[in-house]
Order: sequence, then C-alpha cells, then structure tokens
Amino acid sequence: MKRLLYIIPALAFAVLAVALFYGLVRPHAPNELPSVLVNKPVPAVTLPGLDQVAPGLAPADFAQGRVTVLNVWASWCAPCRVEAPLLDRLAEDKSIALFGLVYKDKPANARAFLAEMGNPFSRIGLDASGDAGIEWGIYGVPETFVIDGQGIVRARIVGALTDDGKFTGDLLPAIADAKRLTRENTPAP
Amino acid sequence: MNRTPSAIRRCGAGLAILMLAAFFSAGAFAEPSPGALPNPAQEARARALQKEFRCVVCQGESLDESRAPLAADLRKLIRARIVAGESDEQIKQFLVSRYGDFILMKPPLQPDTYVLWFGPVLVLVVGAGVVVLVIGRARRRARQSPLWSEDHQ
Repeated sequence: MKRLLYIIPALAFAVLAVALFYGLVRPHAPNELPSVLVNKPVPAVTLPGLDQVAPGLAPADFAQGRVTVLNVWASWCAPCRVEAPLLDRLAEDKSIALFGLVYKDKPANARAFLAEMGNPFSRIGLDASGDAGIEWGIYGVPETFVIDGQGIVRARIVGALTDDGKFTGDLLPAIADAKRLTRENTPAP
Repeated sequence: MNRTPSAIRRCGAGLAILMLAAFFSAGAFAEPSPGALPNPAQEARARALQKEFRCVVCQGESLDESRAPLAADLRKLIRARIVAGESDEQIKQFLVSRYGDFILMKPPLQPDTYVLWFGPVLVLVVGAGVVVLVIGRARRRARQSPLWSEDHQ
C-alpha cells in the first residue's frame, strides 16, 4: 500500500510526459481550427467572377457530381505563392473541379497574381469585402476545402499545401475520401 | 521649508482631485472608435458582445482587443446585426455556426467540456484529501512517540 503511494508521482509524471510529447509531435498545430462546415452543405453565397479570367461561384456549381477543391487565396498572401505550382499540377486531374475564392483582394491585383503564377481555376469567386469568407469560416489564407459531388464540405486544410506536407498528407487523402463518399451517395442507375 | 503641514496636505488633496479628474475624464471623453454606433445603448451592447468572442486569427485576444483585419470585420458584422434588430443570442449563434465553439472566450458548459470545467475542482478535492490523510497520520505517529509524552504530559 505504501509502495503504491510512491508510484503515484512517477505515474503522474509519465502521463504528463506522454501528453506533452504528443503536443510536440502532433501533425497539426493546435491553432489550426477544425471547420464547422465539415459534413454540411456549402454556404449559400454567390460571388461574382474575376473579369476576363473566370466565371463566378454559386452554391449550385459545387453539386455537379464530381469532387471540387476550393482554394482560398489572395495576391497579398505569401504562402499562396508557395502552393501555386501544386495547384497547377492538381488542375491536370480532370476527375475533379478546382475553384478559387479570392479573399479580400483587389481584382487588378488578383489578375496580376494569376498572370504571374498561372491560373489553375475553372471558376473564381471574388470576395472583396470578406463577407463570404466569414460565411465559409475562413480565418486566414490560404485555406483549401474539399467538397463532394453532392455539395457537402468534407474537409478543410489550413495553411500552405506543400509536397512533403499538407498536399500529400492531407489534401490528396481528403480528395480520395470525398470521391468515395460521392460514389456511395450517388443512387445506382 | 516654511510651509505648514496643513498647506502641504491641502496641496496633496488638490493634486489627488486633479489626478482623479484626469483619470475619469480620459474615459468620459475618449474618442469613439471608428464605426461606433450613434445609439449609445446599441454601441454598449456591441462593446459587451465583442469582449465575449475570440479573435480566431490571434486566438489569445478577444475581438475587442484584436487589431487583426478579420476582427475588425467581425466587429462591423456584430454592429450591423445589432442595427438589423438581432438579439445577442442570435449573433452568438451565427458566429458559433461559422467558427465553432472556439470563437467563444468562455467555453460553453456541455458534456465534452465537463473535464475542463470540473477537472480543477476534482484535483483540488483529491489533493485536499491526500493532505488531510498525510497530516492525520503524522499527528497520530507523533502522539505515540516517547518525545510527545515527555514534553507535554
């Protein structure tokens, strides 16, 4: 009984050490918030397109039977430049749709960004005021949403997509998951 | 020094009044923040509400304190919804529906936050129990030792 009492502090220390170690090695920083939109329909916001570049964005555009990746970006966002080449590569995959949402940006700046980095998006919603961003629960760019073929949000990835990080580790598996869910929820012909 | 103590005291009192006046006037005549509502009651509601929400960008600050652009947008949104006639509860529900419970500075009391709310009390009770146990045992042992009987009986 007495010996048991001496083990308690050691046990408490072990529990604390494991918890702190998990905090050190966890793949996602604690300040990356989960999206409340996951498993919910896309927000009911319609956005104008970016003139001369791409048509705008309405909720109906998402429920087209194929998985959509929605990338939230801005010309003033440095990490968006980092992930641009990966989005170009993603655009080659014709089994999915790749949309953009320009967050709090001037159209001219957004156009210049795409002219420089290339435009991988088939549709672009321009959210100059940031109101649509609030509807989507955006709190920093870049953010990337994966939406299934029925228009249900399935994942959100916060931060830049990188080859050895969130592009391969989070986005590609999320796309695969969304494709599976789309198939499962599509009534058989 | 030829000043009498009473003069010094008067001087001190005057200074104190001046400082108090400066302190209170700073609050009373503060510049209204940009975008403040003309209706003081509505503005007071907005100020109270924005203290309850977290700035999701900076995360340690409330919307009231934060200088992040998103916090400014959300302060504007709170005011727009107050003017539109929404209740505090409706505004709270909207923000939680967009950003989750995390946007609340004070976590709601619900089953998955019981550990957060009651954990510290539990630790305190268990700790107090251990202290009482240890002290009780030490006292009993001391009473039984020969030293106690020599000195105190």
